[in-house]
Amino acid sequence: MKVLKNVGLIIGSIISFLIIWNMASNALYKRAVSTTITKIEKLQSKEAAEETRKRIESGDPSSQPNSLPSPLLVWKTAGLLLDDAHKVMKKKQDFYKKMEKTNAKLKQAGKESITYTGRPSFLDQTITSLKNIFWGVLLAISIAIPVGILMGLSKRFKTSINWFVQIFKPISPVVWFLLVQMIVNTIMTDPDSDNAFVITFISVGLCAMWATLVNTSVGVSSVDESYLNVSKVLRLGIGKKIFKVVLPASIPLIFTGLRITVSVAWMVLIAVEWLSQSPGLGGFVREEFQNGSSSSNAKIMVAMFVIGIIGVILDKLMASVQGLVSFENKSQSPSPLSIMRNMFISKKAA
Amino acid sequence: MAIEEKTLTNLSPERSINTRFTKPDVNRRLEDKKEILVIDQLKKVYPTAKGDYVVLDNLKLSVKQSEFISIIGHSGCGKSTLLTMIAGLNSISGGQISVDNEVVHGAGPDRAVVFQSPSLLPWLSTLDNVMLGVKQVFPHATKKQKLEICKYYLDKVGLGNDFNKKANTLSQGMQQRVGIARAFALKPKVLLLDEPFGMLDSLTRGELQDVLLEVWNKEQITAVMITHDVDESIFLADRVIMMTSGPYAKIGDELVIPFDRPRKRKEILDHPAYYDYRGYLMDFLNH
Repeated sequence: MKVLKNVGLIIGSIISFLIIWNMASNALYKRAVSTTITKIEKLQSKEAAEETRKRIESGDPSSQPNSLPSPLLVWKTAGLLLDDAHKVMKKKQDFYKKMEKTNAKLKQAGKESITYTGRPSFLDQTITSLKNIFWGVLLAISIAIPVGILMGLSKRFKTSINWFVQIFKPISPVVWFLLVQMIVNTIMTDPDSDNAFVITFISVGLCAMWATLVNTSVGVSSVDESYLNVSKVLRLGIGKKIFKVVLPASIPLIFTGLRITVSVAWMVLIAVEWLSQSPGLGGFVREEFQNGSSSSNAKIMVAMFVIGIIGVILDKLMASVQGLVSFENKSQSPSPLSIMRNMFISKKAA
Repeated sequence: MAIEEKTLTNLSPERSINTRFTKPDVNRRLEDKKEILVIDQLKKVYPTAKGDYVVLDNLKLSVKQSEFISIIGHSGCGKSTLLTMIAGLNSISGGQISVDNEVVHGAGPDRAVVFQSPSLLPWLSTLDNVMLGVKQVFPHATKKQKLEICKYYLDKVGLGNDFNKKANTLSQGMQQRVGIARAFALKPKVLLLDEPFGMLDSLTRGELQDVLLEVWNKEQITAVMITHDVDESIFLADRVIMMTSGPYAKIGDELVIPFDRPRKRKEILDHPAYYDYRGYLMDFLNH
């Protein structure tokens, strides 16, 4: 009963959101139309203005002013983008089918096979973004967790490095991007290398790693004294102490940091892709922004929702992984992953 | 686990007052045993803003092989400090502690500790909690031998069916059983118990005292137990050490408990001398 009630609440709020959005887009559309017409009237003539009004009212898509698109238009554009993605995928498949023999020959001769270089679809852009964030987060983890452990274990190391963390933590992604670009473009001068990708994932990683770094260091330095006493009595070596006691004990805090890292990485990624001219959702948004065609605004809105939804999915995924590896059984509602795990275990037992 | 109708902690106090009795002076079981734990001139100082705070001063104590002693005293008298110093988890300000003629430096598995809070690693199973120590102490044993040791002790403490349960899913009492198994599985020279049953309700406490004694009867490991439960100290120990209140705490008195082993709770409670011992200890604590 409570679940139904909650679902009802959510649906209600979605509907009111759509209504407000629709009203706002109508109002803005009207304003944009009247602005356009008065402008033409001022600059040209009354006749030209009248003609424009007629053209706009006839619904000709190429003459519509750019304003906030309505929910319906965004929905339709999403469908168009999906169709386009299917088309591009088909083209790609056809291309590879056609090149199958040639590529096989090239491979035998030890040469690189020919790859499809056509226009990427919206779906391809999304996948590229996911790839970018994956490498970015991986970089963040591989720096933040070891350094965080060291900072948590050694007060001396923490004192010596803390200024660096404090200063670099609040730096904006834009500045990180510029810094990384300076370095990467100096090192990677080969025209074939994918500089945009490298710059993107490194900037994202460096920008997003701080939450994990700080949380790991706090987690490691605040491990329950009684666990450390156990490790002392058992005379565990440093490796065993870290991997059997300290790390498992600090996993809840590390994962809280990782969740923040992933959501920051996703937020930053779009901006960095935009700046670095890298393909991906950020690149898609930039292209549409610069394109400025009548459908651009709707496409940007579609990208916005996709970005938001993927952000939510990533966060839920991290939460599930956290639930799996953490020893604290605090969360009352079972995560999807834990349900899957329970199913697996019960099957095994049966 | 059979629970006695009357647990030791629920005795009526008026039965325990009788100050005219002669202290027993020898425990025949221990006559030919050598001294294994020797504490000499032990001192513990905590520096504070107002100057040094001396917790323990000039404390002397020696414990014989396979002797079970319990240390009682008011809370804050420094008995836990003493135990953590023997364990090597707390630095020594003066004097020395030696186990088996070797001066103690730092903690080690030869002085296994059963902590007040069970201190299990909650992300490991009961078996893995015991195994972690067994692997350290018997690095050359085969996997099967190590597993047998773990299972033997877990079985002994009544967890024979719960090898794979995660430690954080167990109740406090069950966790402390694992704590006992873990300590015994290390085959320590001295077993240190830091108010191991202090956090449990009296029924569970009685159960665990029986479990502890049962395992201990087999191994007869030298044991030092901190407690503030007078009945527990009589039931378990060969000798009860009474500490004076701090600062400058030291050993105020000691009482040999010459009951035979293995001990049965009912026999101990029915023993005519039991209430004399109890009264003697209460008398010390009340002055």
